[in-house]
Amino acid sequence: MVQALFLSFRSGLGNNLKFSGFRNYARLFEDLTFHSSVANVFIYLLFQVPIMLFSALILASILNQPDLKGKTVFRTLIFLPCATALVSSALIFKSFFSMDGIINFTLQNLHIISEPKNWLLDPIWSKVIIIIIITWRWTGYNTIFYMAGLQNIDTSVYEAARIDGASASQQFFKITLPLLRPVILLTTIMSTNGTLQLFDEVRTISPGTGFKSTITISQHIYNVSFTNVPQLGYAAALSYTILIMVAFLSFIQMKVGDKV
Amino acid sequence: MKIRVSRVFMYAFLVVVCFLAAFPYFWMVSAATNKSVEIIKGRLLFGTYLIENIKTLVATVTLGQIFWNSLRNAIAGTLASLIICSMAGYGFQIYRDKYKDRLIGILLLSMMVPFASIMVPLFRMFSQAKLINSTMGIILPSLSTAFLIFFFRQSSASFPMEIVQAARVDGVGEFGIYLRIYLPVMAPTLAAAAIVTFMNQWNQYLWPLIILQKQESRTMPLMLTGLTAGYVTDYGILMLAVTICTLPTLFIFVTQQRRFVAGILGSVK
Repeated sequence: MVQALFLSFRSGLGNNLKFSGFRNYARLFEDLTFHSSVANVFIYLLFQVPIMLFSALILASILNQPDLKGKTVFRTLIFLPCATALVSSALIFKSFFSMDGIINFTLQNLHIISEPKNWLLDPIWSKVIIIIIITWRWTGYNTIFYMAGLQNIDTSVYEAARIDGASASQQFFKITLPLLRPVILLTTIMSTNGTLQLFDEVRTISPGTGFKSTITISQHIYNVSFTNVPQLGYAAALSYTILIMVAFLSFIQMKVGDKV
Repeated sequence: MKIRVSRVFMYAFLVVVCFLAAFPYFWMVSAATNKSVEIIKGRLLFGTYLIENIKTLVATVTLGQIFWNSLRNAIAGTLASLIICSMAGYGFQIYRDKYKDRLIGILLLSMMVPFASIMVPLFRMFSQAKLINSTMGIILPSLSTAFLIFFFRQSSASFPMEIVQAARVDGVGEFGIYLRIYLPVMAPTLAAAAIVTFMNQWNQYLWPLIILQKQESRTMPLMLTGLTAGYVTDYGILMLAVTICTLPTLFIFVTQQRRFVAGILGSVK
């Protein structure tokens, strides 16, 4: 079906590569923008995915408590960010952190900073902002998956544990975490893939060809293939690199997920 | 007493998280009703500038056209991919032969292929097929998503096979079984899938950015980034546009949240 068509596109790409030989791959090693894009993506990956998944897990276990009051309201509010477009959420945060934005204004009024700071151009803060945006947008989404997983755990397991005198944290680490393993694995792989493919948010934050401190691999591929002079062969080499990275990371996660 | 304290802490935590989740929304809507100058000064209350902002926005972009483009693409994409993916899910659930597992494996792999690695060849194919700037061009790559097929397959894991066999004995065709037995049983899944797909279609950015090259065929997310292209950003108008772009998905999400969660619940088993 259509899926098979997709695969044929990919082999078409392979044929294309043969003509240019390994020149494109050699170029990867000298491409400084590519290096920073890989470094950026790994920084996002390292910080954002654990923070987000851990908070989603905590939120899900709180929301799953049967005697929680106002559950519907809390749930709706926490899931709310999933409804925005990635571009919209990036724009909202971009205006928060822009030179004449509300963050600078507030900090100046509180006399924490003396003059407006250009958050989006700062090499560290710009990454932090990207991480904030993604966490804001996706934590609720992952919470849904964890809640679904939690509801499938038999409550009698917890009752038995409570009778045996297990504390809340013991229950969380000894029962909840192991039983949720498949769902945790699923969300980890989904978020890793999502982060490796990050595009909408960074491109919105930094229009055009982008800032070095935030550029991602997808954005670099887009720039190489669709802005200025298209270099499709090189873009294909970049594409294959990201493909191999995704496959490799997913493979590691599955192996680790099986063992833990 | 110890339980009390942890309860209070838990509610406080939830309130903080909810505030963090909702504040950007609140800001977005309130900014849409204010003048740009006042937003910068940190005004958070609702203003009286909404009408002015709407007038300016309509004068700047062809809002109606863009909104309609987005809506048409999203609805067409959702309908088409629901039909294809539910059929595929049905096929994977009902038919059993030796190639099935291998096919599922390929499908799983295809889920991991980043879009960035296929966009170049995809674009070349689509420009040869003259699908640039068309609805068909937008929706075609996302019609058969592995995630949706899995979603349908997982949810129908407990689908009663006896009914299918009984229907076959009664002489109902395969398509009839799919249409009259499978789909009604799968209604909750269908609803959840429709919500997710519509939101994804409405919000997609990278592929439209590549394939929509004419101003007239732009969609909402493309328009949003276009609004910030100048040196001075008018936040009032920008946030009004962001609000308009968010309204359809927000409406669907808030009204259909129960179905959405129920559908996901059914699939993660």
